[in-house]
Amino acid sequence: MQQSYLFEYLPILVFLGIALGLAVAILLASWLIAPQHPEREKLSAYECGFEPFDDARGRFDVRFYLVAILFIIFDLEVAFLFPWAVALGDIGVFGFWSMMLFLAVLTVGFAYEWKKGALEWE
Amino acid sequence: MSELFVGTIWPLFELVLLTLLIVVPLLLAVAYLTYAERKIIAAMQLRQGPMFVGPYGLLQPLADGLKLLFKETVIPTRANKGVFVAAPIVTFVLALVGWAVIPFGPGLVLADINVGVLYLFAVSSLGVYGIVMAGWASNSRYAFLGALRSSAQMVSYEIAIGLVIISVLISAGSLNLSEIVEAQARHGWYVLWHFPMFMIFLVSILAETNRHPFDLPEDEASLVTGYNVEYSSMAFALFFLGEYANMILMSAICSILFLGGWLPPLDIAPFTWIPGPVWFALKISAILFVYIWARATLPRYRYDQLMRLGWKVFLPAALLWIVVTSGAMVALDLLPK
Repeated sequence: MQQSYLFEYLPILVFLGIALGLAVAILLASWLIAPQHPEREKLSAYECGFEPFDDARGRFDVRFYLVAILFIIFDLEVAFLFPWAVALGDIGVFGFWSMMLFLAVLTVGFAYEWKKGALEWE
Repeated sequence: MSELFVGTIWPLFELVLLTLLIVVPLLLAVAYLTYAERKIIAAMQLRQGPMFVGPYGLLQPLADGLKLLFKETVIPTRANKGVFVAAPIVTFVLALVGWAVIPFGPGLVLADINVGVLYLFAVSSLGVYGIVMAGWASNSRYAFLGALRSSAQMVSYEIAIGLVIISVLISAGSLNLSEIVEAQARHGWYVLWHFPMFMIFLVSILAETNRHPFDLPEDEASLVTGYNVEYSSMAFALFFLGEYANMILMSAICSILFLGGWLPPLDIAPFTWIPGPVWFALKISAILFVYIWARATLPRYRYDQLMRLGWKVFLPAALLWIVVTSGAMVALDLLPK
């Protein structure tokens, strides 16, 4: 039983291997076929006609972090909903109200972040 | 020796063959999707589009591919070389592996796993890594900003897509893609039951694949194509192929979840003569046409509008729909056991 369960995933592993091999082969083929003439200006980062002043990895807007954090919260919620949605026929009314309670708590948090302006981008 | 061959080598060889049977037509489809895109947009703008390479320009995608193959691979001096090279590979591989679980017809699926929807959800979530890696490793301002915008946008719409899928799962009662299609043979296509969710899904997949009108990461005017600005040659081509393969994958998921996958529109004579995979391909093509149509007609969204749509419209709407659907189905005892 255990073995046949794992066996279902073997095609995905094979698929992964072939896709990986194909990607590497495509890159290598072009690298081997095309003439390579590297020089200093060509290899500098793209800018509009001047040398890049400093490292490109500077500070950036904190809202990008905020979106990532909110994403983790809501993606976890979705992950909780997946098994609940499939099993809803078996867990019935009790299961339904349990999830509604969870969603209600989450919605309060969502309303709070909305009011706080965490979702505002001007 | 012969036992080893029959027991191990032959099944593996068969798997490789079947995989190639999916990958090769897929890459051809990607090539001709670019051709279709240029032709359709040209027609909408009263131009001819590609006309010179081959009859009606039919060999244009091959010419484009060959041109990219003979270009120099530029790796910027200040880039992180390993991550820089790995990023297009990650994007390309992730765009392909999702296809392992897509059912093309009854029983026509490479890996018929129980958690097909979850697998696709995971693969499409991982897609953001390729873009973040490219933007970070390039060490260029445009690439960095493009990657930031892109990742924030993709994770935002990921949530909308996840919540939309839940409604379908409640109706189908399974995570297996073939079973979801078969459930639609009994219930009718879910686009009829979950029409608002279908519309949200259709718009979200445009945002998820960074396509017009949500192509802010590659905003030509302000970001000079964004996260892949430093890439050239086949490394660029891998991003390009990945993006288009992702478009086709998302269209396939959309037609499985909402448009009945390989099922004919009506289960009567003239429709049932056409085999399932053909119906599936037709549905995918229809959704891809919407992609191209949107690109030809709509102006680009602003970033704040994009985030507002994802978080303040789609998320509450999809949550509400889950509550209504599950509530109604529990109350009326319609749930699949």
